[in-house]
Amino acid sequence: MTTLADRPLEEQIAQWRAFVRRRPALHGPDVEELEGHLRDQLVALTDAGLAGDEAFLVAVKRMGSLDALSREFAREHSERLWKQLVIAPATADEPAAPAHTEILIVLGLAVAAALAIKVPALFGHPLSPDEELPPFYARNASLFVFPLLAVYFAWKRRPGTGHRRQDGSDVVRGLWLALPFAAGAVFANVFPFPSVSDTQMLTALHLPIALWLAVGFAYVRSRWFADGGRMDFVRFSGELVIYYVLIALGGGVFTAFTIMMFQAIGMKADWLVAGWVLPCGAMGAVIIGSWLVEAKQSVIENMAPVLTRLFTPLFTILLLVFLATMAWTGSPINVEREVLIGFDLLLVLVVGLVLYAASARDPRAQPDLFDRLQLLLVVSALVVDGVALAAIAARISEFGFTPNRVAALGENLILLVNLAWSARLYARFLRRRVSFAALEQWQIAYLPVYAAWAALVVVVFPPLFGYR
Amino acid sequence: MDMKKDLVAASATPLVLAILAEGDSYGYAIIKRVTELSGGHLQWTDGMLYPVLHRLERQGHVAAKWSASENGRRRKYYRITREGRAQLAAQRRQWQVVDGTLRGIWTRTCTA
Repeated sequence: MTTLADRPLEEQIAQWRAFVRRRPALHGPDVEELEGHLRDQLVALTDAGLAGDEAFLVAVKRMGSLDALSREFAREHSERLWKQLVIAPATADEPAAPAHTEILIVLGLAVAAALAIKVPALFGHPLSPDEELPPFYARNASLFVFPLLAVYFAWKRRPGTGHRRQDGSDVVRGLWLALPFAAGAVFANVFPFPSVSDTQMLTALHLPIALWLAVGFAYVRSRWFADGGRMDFVRFSGELVIYYVLIALGGGVFTAFTIMMFQAIGMKADWLVAGWVLPCGAMGAVIIGSWLVEAKQSVIENMAPVLTRLFTPLFTILLLVFLATMAWTGSPINVEREVLIGFDLLLVLVVGLVLYAASARDPRAQPDLFDRLQLLLVVSALVVDGVALAAIAARISEFGFTPNRVAALGENLILLVNLAWSARLYARFLRRRVSFAALEQWQIAYLPVYAAWAALVVVVFPPLFGYR
Repeated sequence: MDMKKDLVAASATPLVLAILAEGDSYGYAIIKRVTELSGGHLQWTDGMLYPVLHRLERQGHVAAKWSASENGRRRKYYRITREGRAQLAAQRRQWQVVDGTLRGIWTRTCTA
């Protein structure tokens, strides 16, 4: 024990600690645990007769390479890795692509997306400021940019960066990635929709959801079934939405200035804004936003979980007050056309809150007050939705099925199943019967269900309902 | 003996769980016990034990608690959970199959 009082040895340990701390995948308690190990080892070695600095060298050597160690830690704690996205390359001879190559590729893809949206105009689908958005664009919006996004991720996560040549399996993988987009393009355009059609609007709304899963495959590549892969994609999606909204705000300011300045010299810039700035900007921003999320993760703290923390209590209070008011006044839910959609969105929001709370949580932490609040939120959302569903079921039995009602009802059921099971898992987790990982597993295992339902709506609904 | 990395990694989970099934322990003591049990033939890189422990903790196979150690510093102690014991039993059956199969073929080749 006395040897630990050696000043030089303490200094060496402090130096080692500082060095280990610099590893982003290793957090405070981990460093403390490793340091404890190092000290135990030092005591044993000095008791065996080694001098202080000899013992230190042996102990550090036995601890193993810090690169390998922090790589293992990063694998195990992917929620930390997310913020820096540096799994140190597995071997030193695998350098990442230089930053400027990536910027060129990103800019190229963004320009390609911006131009892609203008291509249909050459073939008789003009975008003009005086007309509503032609249904052709609504149906195909995601097809202009998602494939390019998939290309970006396929490039970014290509195997054997640097020295392995493209081989057959890369081509095969590329074709598999392209398949969903090709299928999407076929189903968006092959059906003979009349000019006003509910099923056409359903296609426009559901195709992006189905194709987003295909983007997810490109994003996580081989890690789809490994732990953490899909959760990373969920985090990415949330951050992308936030970046996209920020870029859109900037775009709004840009548009306002464009119109104002040209007006000042007596020219109308409407055609420029509606025909070029808006559509091209909206497409390019998806690519740029994705790149920003990839590049700037360490700069901005994850925003989606922060918003989740902020709004979970507020929505819980809202739902409880709503239920109490309804019980007190006895006023029934007024079933208007949009009510079903509204309650679907409410469930989407609650699922989102649960998902992002799970994504940012340390799965090993003990249940705390926030987890109880989450359970309360989920249960109250279930009750509110149950009441709404009862009212809506009555209306459907009265007026029959329409494509919109069936789609909305299906979504409601899918979300209801998710939340009901989540509530059960939360309750078991709070009683410490299962670990939090079970809840996270359930949420990410459920992700393909949304895409499958969306694909079903795109593929089956139009013929089923006679394209009306 | 120079063991294959894959084999060391694969045996880490059942070994750690089995050692914790003997009683609560902490990182350094677990490694010492591994060396002891294997007569020094199984040498782990010390640091690599911790990601394994953290994975087991996340999966709910072990539970961890910080408490004071005899030298006054904080130390993280690990305890096997009920799920961990079930996992250990499952792994044990799997390893017994591997072991039995190898034994079977090796005794035959040796006697032949």
